[in-house]
Amino acid sequence: MAEVYISGKYVGTVDNAKEFIDQIKTERRLGNLPIDLNIQYDEDYDQVIIETSKGRVSRPLILVKDGKPLLTERHLQQLEKNEISWNDLVSQGIVEYLDASEEENALVAFYAEELTPEHNYLEVAPLAMVGFVTSLVPFGQHNQGVRMIQGSKNQKQAMGIYMANFHQRLDMDVHLLHYPQKPIVKTIMHDISNYEKHAAGQNLVVAIMAFEGYNIEDAIIVNKASIDRGMGRSTYYRPVFAEELRYSGGLTDKICIPDKDVSGYRSEKEYRLLEEDGIVFTEAVVKEGDVVIGKVSPPRFLSAIEDYTLGGTSRRESSVALKHGEQGIIDMVVLTETEAGNRLVAVKVREPKIPEIGDKFTSRHGQKGVIGMIYNEEDMPFTASGIKPDIIFSPHSVPSRMTVAHLIELLAGKVGALAGRYIDGTMFDSEKPEDLRKELLKLGFRDDGSEVMYDPVTGKRYLARIFVGDMYYLRLKHIVANKMHARARGPVQLLTRQPTEGKAREGGLRLGEMEKDTFVAHGASLLLKERFSSDSTVIPVCNNCGLIGIHDYRKDKVYCPVCGDKADIRFVEVSYAFKLLLDELKSLYVHPKLKLKLKY
Amino acid sequence: MTGKEKMLEKSEFKEFEKKLPKKVFETALQEFATLPKSKQKKAMELLVKQYLNSLAEPGECVGLVTAQSIGEPGTQMTLNTFHFAGVSEMNVTTGLPRLIEILDARKSISTAMMTIYLKKPYSEGKDLDVIARKLKAMHMEEFIEEISVDIASLQLRLKIKKQKLGDYDLRMDKISRILKKNFKNFDFKVDNEFIIAKPLTREDPLKQLYRLRERVKTVFVSGVKGIKYVLPVKREGEYVILTSGTNLKEVLNLEFVDGSRTRTNDILEVESILGVEAARQAIVDEVYDIIQRQGLNVDVRHILLVADTMCFNGKVQGVTRYGIVKEKPSVLARASFETPIRHFVEASVLGEIDSLNSVLENVMINQPIPIGTGLPRLVMKREEK
Ligand SMILES: [Zn+2]
Repeated sequence: MAEVYISGKYVGTVDNAKEFIDQIKTERRLGNLPIDLNIQYDEDYDQVIIETSKGRVSRPLILVKDGKPLLTERHLQQLEKNEISWNDLVSQGIVEYLDASEEENALVAFYAEELTPEHNYLEVAPLAMVGFVTSLVPFGQHNQGVRMIQGSKNQKQAMGIYMANFHQRLDMDVHLLHYPQKPIVKTIMHDISNYEKHAAGQNLVVAIMAFEGYNIEDAIIVNKASIDRGMGRSTYYRPVFAEELRYSGGLTDKICIPDKDVSGYRSEKEYRLLEEDGIVFTEAVVKEGDVVIGKVSPPRFLSAIEDYTLGGTSRRESSVALKHGEQGIIDMVVLTETEAGNRLVAVKVREPKIPEIGDKFTSRHGQKGVIGMIYNEEDMPFTASGIKPDIIFSPHSVPSRMTVAHLIELLAGKVGALAGRYIDGTMFDSEKPEDLRKELLKLGFRDDGSEVMYDPVTGKRYLARIFVGDMYYLRLKHIVANKMHARARGPVQLLTRQPTEGKAREGGLRLGEMEKDTFVAHGASLLLKERFSSDSTVIPVCNNCGLIGIHDYRKDKVYCPVCGDKADIRFVEVSYAFKLLLDELKSLYVHPKLKLKLKY
Repeated sequence: MTGKEKMLEKSEFKEFEKKLPKKVFETALQEFATLPKSKQKKAMELLVKQYLNSLAEPGECVGLVTAQSIGEPGTQMTLNTFHFAGVSEMNVTTGLPRLIEILDARKSISTAMMTIYLKKPYSEGKDLDVIARKLKAMHMEEFIEEISVDIASLQLRLKIKKQKLGDYDLRMDKISRILKKNFKNFDFKVDNEFIIAKPLTREDPLKQLYRLRERVKTVFVSGVKGIKYVLPVKREGEYVILTSGTNLKEVLNLEFVDGSRTRTNDILEVESILGVEAARQAIVDEVYDIIQRQGLNVDVRHILLVADTMCFNGKVQGVTRYGIVKEKPSVLARASFETPIRHFVEASVLGEIDSLNSVLENVMINQPIPIGTGLPRLVMKREEK
């Protein structure tokens, strides 16, 4: 008597679970039940679990009966002639979708040759076990599982050509690789997905060696000449928008060069790039602070008093300028309308990004790293045939991570480059590394891919042979120039008077709770005080009642709101946050009294 | 012992006696005896210097250093439980969860355990199985083979595992007496291997019987209450009994138990039976044991400080907002820990004064903290006008 659950709900029991399951499966294959219904028998708990809910991951498998796949040669021929489609195979019950739970009861063969009468299913292709991006990793069957996941994640961040009409689009945060190449070592998925139409990497000569120490901790050393010839070069596109908003009372924003009497007028120099319509011209070279779209807005409802007192409709400057640290060339100007019918101006800024120290690169095996040093061509080691590597990769990155495929790809890429052909590295279905080695030997190189190399400084031969080859490298969108940030002084928050947070707001770097503790543990009392003095203020305190006094700068008088002019006011230095705390306590009807005492 | 070996004359080194702790001084007298005569004094001087160097300096922030020294290894702790000496159904909590449990001074701990040492003849293995049976809490459930409700004669028939009764030195009439004590509304009779229960009142007898059927299983029969599992193991040449579940008071009363070494890992139980000093030592031992087990290294003195802090009020208090944090004298410090508004409101109702004596308050108002270089003050006071 097995319990039956449908999507987690108990519905009843069946006497013969196996028979019941067979019945359900037959009905599913006949098309009487949905194809995404999955059924599992849990022997330990004697439960039949039927799942129909959304969000399960399922994958197709070929049905096997008596050790023979239902998919025959005839089907394949029909498929080739386009007489039948995939969906026909599914509806005929030749291919079934299994979810993780039904898979528990299935014995799946990798290849047709492995089939025995016990098998119920056959893989469509072993590659179907992994997802799309993971199947782009060549020789993936030689990698550790975790590295495959990391490699896939890295590939998603690679620069490439993301869309053919990129020059007409206004996407945020776009990186475009200048010279993408088809990978020499590819998988079947590269062909299926038309990867060559939107490739995202380059075939580079990689040497695995330690060199001068600048490739420690996953860093890579890059050949300056390679960069000069276009390796990893990219362009960064960033759009900025300005909209002519409409306000109540018939007031609107206006895109124009602001007049000098507009409140908040910047300076003539900052508006210099604007044409008469208030928008920059294309191909203008812009730097931080330069106005890209000039705009004036009507005064805010509760803005400064003088707006009203001076009479007239004084207007407010609200131009769009490049933020701190931004620069580039104006690529395109678009004039259009929003859905609400407001005029919208979009300006696309382009900025070439040449690889520099700190930029991130990766192979397809989760072996990511940043550029640790860029060497001139003459300072790079060379092989007997005069080849200088584009990248020097650290050998310490391999053993602990067990990315064997990384090494195989290097060798395969070398074979491909020398033989002038593409290498098939499809997971579980790749060319055999042994065959590639034989081929390399035939091409006149050592079969293990290693080569004699020479020291660029002394010209002496290295005692060890170096593993050199060709592999597909991807430049990732994490670029130091977009992330580097430091601050000595800058804007503060209005409420707390503490420095702002984040790069975009030119913020400070927080010295947090645990960092504070280290100062305390060292007993560095005054250093700690100094570090936290960013919001230090001097406040007048009434020595009589303990309340914060008032300093009237106009009359240059200090007095207490309770005790009046005669009060004994002392000036005390505290953090502004503490003053704020006292104010908040007062708003809670708590009267915080400060008792002053001479410290020394 | 090294006591019988050479030892330096105390009188010769009298000047150092006051400068060193007693234990250090005495060890030094022994250790330095092997040195040549000319170097003995020099060695003593060096020792004093080293000792002074190892002392915490005035203004040293010992509390925070303790927090860092325990907190940092804490991040590396694994959450692994280990299995209790081969008994698979007993997982023992160790690592961070257990550490938190101890420092919070939780009332009920996840795996209470005892290590029971035995007195001389028993510790060598005498009557070990008898002792084990005397310790383990047995309930009726374990002696009943079958329960049946006889509807016709309105009886409950309990079939007893007689063999097992014998093992535990019990007899049928004893069981029947225990049951009688627990269920006053029933009459129990022994009939060979059966115990027959009959309700005394005529009020809905069937319902009474069914209720009895469930309740009878949980009746405590013999052993020590609270001891769920018993496992005798040989440790350093003597037999020791490990238990799951704890009952220090009753175990200490058993005549075969060596009470001076027997221990439990329930700190609050230690406190209630042996007092706060024992609890303090228990905290130190338990915390030190956890850290050692994880293969980490923390100086005992950090743990001693934590244990002292938890116990210095005369009762064990956890490092929580209800425990020692509540005892902090500073309003600002308490408010910065958790639930600030509540603390401010309470403080204002009571008219509390924060004299800003500690670290946290002074960080908040951006004043030098009274630690390290911020501690020294000028002794001379300026005349206030
Ligand atoms: Zn006043």
